[in-house]
Amino acid sequence: MAVKTNPASRAGKVAKKTAKPVAKNNTLKLKFDTSWTYAPAPESKSAATINKQYDLFIDGKWQKPLSKTYIDTINPATEEKLSEVAVANEADVNKAVTAARNAYEKVWKKMPAKERAKYIFRIARMVQEKARELSIIETLDGGKPIRESRDFDVPTAANHFFYYAGWADKLEYAFPNRKTAPLGVVGQIAPWNFPLLMAAWKIAPALATGNTVVFKPSKTTPLTALKLAEIIEEADLPPGVVNILSGVGSTGDAIVRHPDVNKIAFTGSTEVGKMIQRAIAGTDKKLTLELGGKAANIIFEDAPIDQAVEGVINGIFFNQGHVCCAGSRLYVQESIAKTVIRKLKDRLESLIVGDPLDKNTDIGAINSKQQLETILEYIEIGKKEGAEIYQSSCAVPKKGFFCKPTLFTNVAQSNRIAQEEIFGPVLAILTFRTDDEVIEKANNTPYGLSAGVWTDKGSKIFNMTKRMRAGVVWANTFNKFDPTSPFGGYKESGFGREGGLHGLLPYLTLKG
Amino acid sequence: MVTITTKQRIEVLKTYKIYVGGQFPRTESGRYYIPVNAAGKKLANVCLCSRKDFRDAVVAARSAFGGWSGRAAFNRSQILYRMAEMLEGRKAQFVEELMLQDASKVKAEKEVNLAIDRLIYYAGWCDKYQQLFSAVNPVASSHFNFSVPEPTGVVAIITPQSDSLLGLVSVIAPVIAGGNTCVVLASEKKPLCSVTFAEVLNSSDLPGGVVNILTGKPSELASWFVDHMDVNATIYCENNSDVKKMMQEKAATNVKRIFFYDKIKWETEEGQSPYFILDTQEIKTTWHPVENIAGAGGGY
Repeated sequence: MAVKTNPASRAGKVAKKTAKPVAKNNTLKLKFDTSWTYAPAPESKSAATINKQYDLFIDGKWQKPLSKTYIDTINPATEEKLSEVAVANEADVNKAVTAARNAYEKVWKKMPAKERAKYIFRIARMVQEKARELSIIETLDGGKPIRESRDFDVPTAANHFFYYAGWADKLEYAFPNRKTAPLGVVGQIAPWNFPLLMAAWKIAPALATGNTVVFKPSKTTPLTALKLAEIIEEADLPPGVVNILSGVGSTGDAIVRHPDVNKIAFTGSTEVGKMIQRAIAGTDKKLTLELGGKAANIIFEDAPIDQAVEGVINGIFFNQGHVCCAGSRLYVQESIAKTVIRKLKDRLESLIVGDPLDKNTDIGAINSKQQLETILEYIEIGKKEGAEIYQSSCAVPKKGFFCKPTLFTNVAQSNRIAQEEIFGPVLAILTFRTDDEVIEKANNTPYGLSAGVWTDKGSKIFNMTKRMRAGVVWANTFNKFDPTSPFGGYKESGFGREGGLHGLLPYLTLKG
Repeated sequence: MVTITTKQRIEVLKTYKIYVGGQFPRTESGRYYIPVNAAGKKLANVCLCSRKDFRDAVVAARSAFGGWSGRAAFNRSQILYRMAEMLEGRKAQFVEELMLQDASKVKAEKEVNLAIDRLIYYAGWCDKYQQLFSAVNPVASSHFNFSVPEPTGVVAIITPQSDSLLGLVSVIAPVIAGGNTCVVLASEKKPLCSVTFAEVLNSSDLPGGVVNILTGKPSELASWFVDHMDVNATIYCENNSDVKKMMQEKAATNVKRIFFYDKIKWETEEGQSPYFILDTQEIKTTWHPVENIAGAGGGY
């Protein structure tokens, strides 16, 4: 669909016609209808190669699964099959752990750290070289907007490899008065919300610290991790140093319970995190968990409101709200609640929901049918609890899994939509009067992954960021990530950090 | 039997009570047990604490957490130093109690001296570990980004059973130096100097509730120390693999941090390190935007 009129000339005409100046009135509603439609701008699928079938990447080779089973992976935006991937069973996991152990003892442990680093640098470069292909596949397999996979997921993944590569031969500087040693074989289990990026967050520090890896991507989004396996193969990493096994829940369970795995790193739901913590009880396995969240995003009356509204929108609708650190609870100071809610509703209307491959799309497809059902269930719960719902009037594609961006107002602190992680584009809005009140409300959750605060007053920012019990706090910004910046939670959001100097510690033992 | 003469002064015996919220109550359960030393002497009627005592102590510890973690690091440092001063002044009493608990005089004196020195060691760390474990992170975007350690919250500790004073001090000190509050179970067989140590704490300007000391049986209480929903971390200092497994399992209830200090020789240098403080710290990362006024190409 072509744009009917040029916005610039149209604005010019309007300016001529309106003789009397429009009074400044911040209650005016923005209009996004009529000619302000965007022409489709789809990214081409031709820049990406997806095989019909993927096997398991074990010991540097693509191996048929001993389980003899494959599962389909689909495009959640179209429900079409993209490929089928092997399901690793216990025997496959055992093969991979054995390969990782051999690689650790015979090669990786003995290799000079600066040489180890060069392999990781190679991976970083190759991810950059294949960035376009990886973004397309990430969007096809997971449903996230191409704008996000292109501008965030893939470049940040490459940067993580680049950052940690440099640490490999500098570990003795990281922990004063201590010698460091790798743990051995680490088992890593990643979620479906940032498939390639989470692979980078896990694999890069593990390799830099001298460990070997058995990595399992999520059932619904295995493709970019398997592409990463191709990169690792191409980078000529010694066989067995990184093993990538697609599979299902039982694959993860087999990794967690394997007696020759020294450490588990898991990102996912708090429920599964707790199961893992129980499963490794009685063993010497080390553990890091990066689990759920229910972040409070707090707007004070002295905040730059338009910036705050943008931050709140980004905080909850980034990646369809499939973000463990999503700002899913909004606390607005009572005096500005009306204005903020109106601006949020306006902004909601302007979000483009649809084809994830379209470069203009803001909100893509929900990752899976199962997740869509969970979100819709929570929306029903919110209504039943008496909260007021507001959804964008946008049309959503008939095929595929989509959810309209959703706000709830009149939410009570005890409502389930204010307590439980929904993991979708659903924002619960609550109000407050004083600093102390909002701190108490914000911290009143079993989670503690992230938080946000919006105010123009510096001293208030530092008071709030200090008192909020969360591992990552954004002041006048939200959902920012960087390889140098440690990420991880307090309380039931898990323990251990990923990123930065602090992200090295979970993969090392320190010796006096 | 000592013959009682009318001229002899009758010794005043001490009631060994627990320490909760800055007070010295008896156990709510009304129960007691009598530890006996190697010579067969009954040490005291010691409180046999219950689950309820533990829960009360957690409430006290949680209430004290905001104030203690909010104190200036320098102030915490001074209070830990004060604890060392108070312990120094009561050396004789601790030596006597340690000897009652089967230590030789030489060993008892050495243990008390080490315990004092350990408090001084951690007093010094109170306002230094933050700089050691913090970072300003050079993010690629226009943000000022830094990571600092913050105390994890309420820590439940089952102390070493044999080093009844040095072990107790070595485990408590890094936890409170880092701004946490704690509930501590004293050595079951050698509880005397743990209770007396509470008196040291009580006269050191340490706010009530920061350290709470219970006496009783780990076999009875261990599971409560690890499955309480308002405890953030648990430290266990014995090498009992069944208990360790149970603790790791129950820790999952609220994703509790769990640490086993079972192989540490407390009397050596490995018994003290800022990395013990780091165990009960969380790393918080904060992002602040940096306005990019010179973005158009200006500069200095």
